[in-house]
Amino acid sequence: MFSWDLLLGAVVLGVLLGCFYAAVSVGLSIAFGLLDVPQVAHPAFLVLASYGVYLLNDRFEIDPLLAGLLIAPLFFLLGLVTYRLYYETFERRGSDAGVRGIAFFFGIAFIVEVLIILQFGVDQRSVSASYIGKAWRIWNMRIPIRQLVAFAVALLLTVSLAAYLSKTFMGRAIRAVAQDEEGLRLMGANPVWIKQFAFGIATAVVAVAGALLIIIAPVEPTLDRVYIGRTFCVVVMAGLGSITGTLMAAIILGVAESIVLTMFGASWAPAISFALLLGVLAVRPQGLLGR
Amino acid sequence: MHRSNIAFWTGAAVFLAAVFVLTRTIGNEYPFFAGYVILQFVVLSVAWSILGGYAGYVNFGTNAFFGVGVYTAVLLVEAFGAPLGVQIAVAALVGSLLGLGVGLLTMRMRGIFFSIATIALAIIIETSVTNWRFVGGAAGIQLQRPPVTPPFDSYVKMLFFVQALLVVIAVATTRSIQNSRIGRGLQALRDDELAAECTGVPTLRLKLLACAISGALISAGGAPAAMYLQYADPSSAFNLNYSVSVLAMSLIGGTSHWVGPVLGAILLGVTQQLLAVTISSEVNVLVLGIMLVLFVVAAPKGIIGLLRRQSSLRAKDRS
Repeated sequence: MFSWDLLLGAVVLGVLLGCFYAAVSVGLSIAFGLLDVPQVAHPAFLVLASYGVYLLNDRFEIDPLLAGLLIAPLFFLLGLVTYRLYYETFERRGSDAGVRGIAFFFGIAFIVEVLIILQFGVDQRSVSASYIGKAWRIWNMRIPIRQLVAFAVALLLTVSLAAYLSKTFMGRAIRAVAQDEEGLRLMGANPVWIKQFAFGIATAVVAVAGALLIIIAPVEPTLDRVYIGRTFCVVVMAGLGSITGTLMAAIILGVAESIVLTMFGASWAPAISFALLLGVLAVRPQGLLGR
Repeated sequence: MHRSNIAFWTGAAVFLAAVFVLTRTIGNEYPFFAGYVILQFVVLSVAWSILGGYAGYVNFGTNAFFGVGVYTAVLLVEAFGAPLGVQIAVAALVGSLLGLGVGLLTMRMRGIFFSIATIALAIIIETSVTNWRFVGGAAGIQLQRPPVTPPFDSYVKMLFFVQALLVVIAVATTRSIQNSRIGRGLQALRDDELAAECTGVPTLRLKLLACAISGALISAGGAPAAMYLQYADPSSAFNLNYSVSVLAMSLIGGTSHWVGPVLGAILLGVTQQLLAVTISSEVNVLVLGIMLVLFVVAAPKGIIGLLRRQSSLRAKDRS
């Protein structure tokens, strides 16, 4: 049963979803795309942020978006510490960083996941806010307001991050360190410090994205496993480190998932991002807007 | 060289004989039930290290191969009522084909890209199995064990012995790879793929071979799990915990020698069994994760690295 209405609805929801995916992936785009750190724990940090937001919302009835901003400084520190640990153990010694670096972040991801399970249990958790649970009707489409809120904030987050990286002094320094670390060292700047700062920013962004994650749908501790596919799919498809590419790739993924969800049912949805990712890796590893 | 071969095969024969005697003398099934899991992890870790250790390609998709092994067995039982030996042999075949496929698909990928691609593959296969009604779909499927074959008096004991046999096969395969041109070629491509290619090492062929052998062994190690649990469902057969466990066991043991993954799997497997009984399965994964991170940070060469340093220090003291 094919209908244009259904397809149109799927595309609209897909674009909304896609911008949200851009927000959850943009931190990884910096950490992995620009800094070459194999941040497999990114989705685990994302879910951790969602639980942080849940805690603030549940205990003190703080708005989830505000809660996301409140925990952002903590996540900035978490990013600084994580990168420093990674740098001291792998990048500085230089030897065999590949295998062990990946294993390191994989281990961290599992530790975070289990700590969440031990603290909150395996049940789904959700937040409450005035805009959650209502919907707008346009023509014969029903668009949940929570999706619109996530869409707007995600777009704002992604665009302002792109502006930060291209317009400000620090943002340009971050892009410079990604291009030529040695050159930066010769200019008298400390590339390690800049990378650490950038990793902190990338992790702080995850805090806000985590708020969006729990606004859009309830979260559970093992949700990060699906998001490994989504975030890496977006970042790789985008071409490493390109923020505009991230937005485009995320919208492609969102629309693809939304169409499959409408046409074939929810049980096929998790495979979409991974299939896209595999396809991109096999055919065009440099991504849409590759360096 | 020759003498070490004799020592190895004598050791393997003694090990199998001991396992057989144990199944005849101990009446209680529980030790075999727990021991099976440890032996299974020995097979998986040793098989994983062919690709992950020698070649330096971190396969996160252990669960894909494991699950494919389980579901090959399920399919054979459901469709033909095939016996255990056939299940394992066909699972190994399917696993090697899957490994070959992974190798071809990821031909141009290195490092993290290879790892992510293997996770992707695992999820795609899991989703396909979830949507496949014949093997039970998302709800899983119950399996009936056939009557046990004569020398054994219970099915669990037989599975324990079969898994011990798989351990010997996996270790013997890995050991012969390590000591051959294949192993040295893989180590060369781990250190510098371009340089290896330039000096005439057939890197692509070796990589495909390593993928196929590693995949075959992991799927074979997973196949008996269907009969062991008498039940299979996609989310547990393709659980990412298998990947992290195997990664942790191999790296903690040390991947430069086949003894490493064996030591790591036994050590962590026993710890897991004790923790699962005494505390909870979550704490279990937590301990695994923490040990993985600790070893990766503090002891890059794993337990065998630590042992070797000890022995070289002692040698220095003596001289």
